[in-house]
Amino acid sequence: MGALGKLTATELRLFLREPITVVFTLALPLMILYILGGVFGNEADAGGGPDAMVVYRGFGATNWYTSAYVAVAVAGFTLISVPTHLVEYRETGVLRRFRASAVPRWMVLASQFLNSLVIASVGAAILLVVAMLTTDVEPAVDWWRFALAYALGAVALVCLGLALGTLMPTARAAQSAGLVLWFMLLLICGGGPPPEVLPEALRTLGQWLPLSPVIEMLQEPWLTGGWAWSPSLVVVAMTAVSAGIAWFLFRWE
Amino acid sequence: MLPTGPPIAARRTVSGVDAVVSVEGLSKRYGELTAVAEVSFEVGQGEIFGVLGPNGAGKTTSVECVQGLRHADAGRIRVLGLDPRTQVEQLRPLIGSQLQESALPHRLRVAEALDLFASLQPGGPPWRQVMQEWGLTPKARAAFGSLSGGQRQRLLVALAVVNAPQLVFLDEMTTGLDPAARRATWELIERLRDNGTTVVLVTHFMDEAERLCDRLAVVQGGRVVASGTPSQLVAAHSDGVTVRFSTSEPVGFLDRVPGVGSVQRRGDTVTVRGEPAIVARVGRALSEAGIEPDDMDVVRPTLEDVYLRLVGEEG
Ligand SMILES: Nc1ncnc2c1ncn2[C@@H]1O[C@H](COP(=O)(O)OP(=O)(O)OP(=O)(O)O)[C@@H](O)[C@H]1O
Ligand SMILES: [Mg+2]
Repeated sequence: MGALGKLTATELRLFLREPITVVFTLALPLMILYILGGVFGNEADAGGGPDAMVVYRGFGATNWYTSAYVAVAVAGFTLISVPTHLVEYRETGVLRRFRASAVPRWMVLASQFLNSLVIASVGAAILLVVAMLTTDVEPAVDWWRFALAYALGAVALVCLGLALGTLMPTARAAQSAGLVLWFMLLLICGGGPPPEVLPEALRTLGQWLPLSPVIEMLQEPWLTGGWAWSPSLVVVAMTAVSAGIAWFLFRWE
Repeated sequence: MLPTGPPIAARRTVSGVDAVVSVEGLSKRYGELTAVAEVSFEVGQGEIFGVLGPNGAGKTTSVECVQGLRHADAGRIRVLGLDPRTQVEQLRPLIGSQLQESALPHRLRVAEALDLFASLQPGGPPWRQVMQEWGLTPKARAAFGSLSGGQRQRLLVALAVVNAPQLVFLDEMTTGLDPAARRATWELIERLRDNGTTVVLVTHFMDEAERLCDRLAVVQGGRVVASGTPSQLVAAHSDGVTVRFSTSEPVGFLDRVPGVGSVQRRGDTVTVRGEPAIVARVGRALSEAGIEPDDMDVVRPTLEDVYLRLVGEEG
């Protein structure tokens, strides 16, 4: 544990020395929260409009988005920064250096995992605190279930990021792929327009993309105090597949 | 695969000490390209063993197979009695590596790097002492990305020894170092050897090989084309020595000295060429004839001359 602790602490310190990444990671979700939250307001939509469509499942937009943006914030970091960082280490020979110093594969992955989880969670916590303090969002109905949903979701997204980093050939590719993926997920998985207004095809596609179950799993305890069973099972399965890819297809160079 | 031989610990190298590294018939292909073909060599306990050869000869491939960083297609490798392919976990803590291509995170500082790697592989000397020895203390707080090429190289060599390994692999360790840093590095490497560490040194510098290596192998096109001590190589692969002196006396008798190939005279300057043993014989013959020139020079081919003969001028 000594070596793993040191490696993880060093990684965290290095992250804090990248001011642009720090700002991007911690401030971007807030910007989105304000822009979209400001547009949609927090009035519960009962479907009384002329198009007779119930959006946000009948919940207020801010309530809906705040819980969703926790996932968006975590995904922004884990789908873009995490894979890029891993590929960069592989490309520049940092992983070779670690390998020659007898750092085992599990320790490389574990330090990346822990480091990413900590950073993503700081981002998520800032988002939640700022949202609670400055918007009219109503607090989670069941905080404990929300916390559990967060833990499962964040682990899944970090593993997904590590799997992407394992599959991507170059840091450039990882960065573009992560950005595109994140933006798509943001738009069609419930982080952008309410799913109800999306065209049928997009909505179906969105349900099959990995961010949707994370968002649904987070929203359920926040909005109703319940637990979204099938999305959470999908999330666990996704975690297993991503972790398997990151572990078995891991390359040092 | 080759048949397995007796246990490595019982073996002796040509120099008569226990083999720390033993490679037999190592081959490695990259697709169509055969990078290493049937390479065999042994490195004795406490030796500095040099690997020389032109670019693309297969030096890095060979030594990285030995370190378990790449996998050979064929051959038998034993390092400290272990098989780097199957026992790499036990092997890694015992060896230190400076790789030709590797890097550290750009924002990692020199002191942090030494501290981190010392704790990844505990058991070495205090890392501050290593930092001091390798002249890195003034740069302790500098980030890896801000170091000059030579400073980075020095840090990477220091990381290779921070775990006090029994065996160190250095792949072009002095590339990019200024002359003073090169000298200082040589002294540190000699000190490592004096403390009992075995060193495998890949290099392009003949002066470095001549100064440091107890034995060396010249690799070309994936094969070992010559090996031995630097002076053995010079003796075996050169066309002899040249003895030059001035005298006004006749020296026709030198033609009859055994081993002399040619005697030329230009004015008072006499140039005698022949096998290495003629130095003593010519000296004796001159002395017996009462000729004792005070400007007698012996010009021996250098390791560089021999190396260029071996690999071809274009290599
Ligand atoms: N990972 C690889 N994939 C494909 N070919 C490779 C790889 N590594 C090396 N080669 C090829 O194998 C040959 C030997 O390369 P190697 O790096 O072992 O040479 P070297 O003797 O260390 O050369 P240098 O002095 O330039 O470092 C070269 O032709 C090189 O192009
Ligand atoms: Mg090389």
